[in-house]
Amino acid sequence: MYTQALDTHGREPVPAAEGAGPAARFQARIDADEKIEPKDWMPEAYRQTLIRQISQHAHSEIVGMLPEGNWITRAPTLRRKAVLIAKVQDEGGHGMYLYSAAETLGVSRAQLIEQLLSGAAKYSSIFNYPTLTWADVGAIGWLVDGAAIMNQIPICRCSYGPYARAMVRICKEESFHQRQGFEIMLTLAQGSAAQHAMAQDALNRWWWPSIMMFGPSDGDSRHTAQSMAWKIKRFSNDELRQKFIDVTVPQAQFLGLTIPDPRLRWDEATQHFQIGPIDWSEFYAVLKGNGPCNRERLEARRAADAAGAWVREAAAAYAAKHGGRAPAGASHG
Amino acid sequence: MSAGAAAPARRERALSEALFRYVLRLADTSLVLGQRLGEWVGHGPALEEDLALANLALDLIGQARLLLTYAGEVEGEGRDEDALAFSRDAPEFLNLTLAEQPNGDFAHTIVRQWLIDCWQLEIYADLAASADERLAAIAAKALKETRYHHRFSSGWLARLGDGTAESRSRTQAALDSLWRFSAELFAADEVDERMAAAGIAAPLAPAAERWRIRAAADLQAATLALPAPQPYPWHGKRGVHTEHLGHLLGEMQHLQRAYPGVRW
Repeated sequence: MYTQALDTHGREPVPAAEGAGPAARFQARIDADEKIEPKDWMPEAYRQTLIRQISQHAHSEIVGMLPEGNWITRAPTLRRKAVLIAKVQDEGGHGMYLYSAAETLGVSRAQLIEQLLSGAAKYSSIFNYPTLTWADVGAIGWLVDGAAIMNQIPICRCSYGPYARAMVRICKEESFHQRQGFEIMLTLAQGSAAQHAMAQDALNRWWWPSIMMFGPSDGDSRHTAQSMAWKIKRFSNDELRQKFIDVTVPQAQFLGLTIPDPRLRWDEATQHFQIGPIDWSEFYAVLKGNGPCNRERLEARRAADAAGAWVREAAAAYAAKHGGRAPAGASHG
Repeated sequence: MSAGAAAPARRERALSEALFRYVLRLADTSLVLGQRLGEWVGHGPALEEDLALANLALDLIGQARLLLTYAGEVEGEGRDEDALAFSRDAPEFLNLTLAEQPNGDFAHTIVRQWLIDCWQLEIYADLAASADERLAAIAAKALKETRYHHRFSSGWLARLGDGTAESRSRTQAALDSLWRFSAELFAADEVDERMAAAGIAAPLAPAAERWRIRAAADLQAATLALPAPQPYPWHGKRGVHTEHLGHLLGEMQHLQRAYPGVRW
């Protein structure tokens, strides 16, 4: 689950002097909707943009395991517990094949994880918000995964083959998660007064951060044009955001919940819902590391990495001693 | 009811009560261990292990759901899986004491998992041939899962035992600490005896012997030393637990306790 156009905050990709011939052929292939594969020639800026975007996406999946994992031990029924474990596990799986997709571009997973742990790499800011009640698990599925799907479905047609293919599978699972989240919200909204209030409170806290997941407004987004030309990005931040709003507002109405935006209205002329102004100062504060859980999320990742170091060393030492063979533990199963 | 009919009815009731307790022991062991593994999700030593631990947790919660549902039916008081999981207090939980022990470091988690995997391999293999068809079906499914769990835990036992000096010493320490709970695994009481007499479960002694052989082989492959027997009797399966279970349940049951009687 990831949407935020974080690449707009990295450095501008520099179309280097790599020779007009290959570059022109490359762009022609993209224009003809051909997929670029790992061994194909590609401009260095294209490679770097993809590494940054795919790894940010992978990091988001991994960090995203934390807010929802926070409720695994407290899920209210055994069915909810099983579904939540499976969901968080899916996010880890997404992280794994996204790291693999990034590795096809010539970086290693270890390098990328190092960038995450050092704070050099970004991940979706949405995961820097806390999950305070069970309803937050529903709200994340409904809103955050819902927003992620809006952004990720176009990436299934991204020009880079491994990323596009990884995204096809991820989108299928995300849409499953989104339905599960909505179903949690529905159960709460139709439940006791306390449960309904819990659902409303979750919507109040997650609505605006979800809206901001699409990244800055188009006017403030720096190099959307190049990503569009490369077919890494297919729609602008604002287009995707509007799509999400138009789909989600009626869902909130169906749930009997109120979107926390007094200026929200249906606009007959444009046939879209219009929202009130977005508080971008909050977005940039969270992005800069000052959100409610930035510190906790990174510390949790660093703690897991540090606590696991001796385990990874043991596995490497064992493999070295035994010629790379896996232990024969299975033989007496 | 005549005096002649009362005795068989009493026997049937006693058998049903024993079956209820027996199934709860299996169910609670899977549930509590699954709950512990759930604590790992997102915090594993590597992404692959994170996903593997989540898989184990999912299988164990799945086993617990089938077993708790069946226990509720045997009891006949209308309790479903969630009523049994979320509304009983620690003394009513009948899991093996080993299952509730804290995760500790990865070595503790692996040793705890491996000891229980070896136990479940024997118990489920016997139960798959149970005269109780429902239990036999659950056990046959769980046995397949447990084979994978054991492959994972014994594989890691070997990597850690025969890895670095640090991993070896951590794992031997975990083994030396957790071994004290292993005597409970096959200590038969009147519930086990009644199950064996009814052909529902096999006698525990042969399973214990097979367990010992497998455990010794796995430890040898892991180049770890078999700890000395530690005879203090633990009685989790009779509802007498360590201090850890109450905290685990406090967390697990928090929502159901705070908002009783609603749908989730």
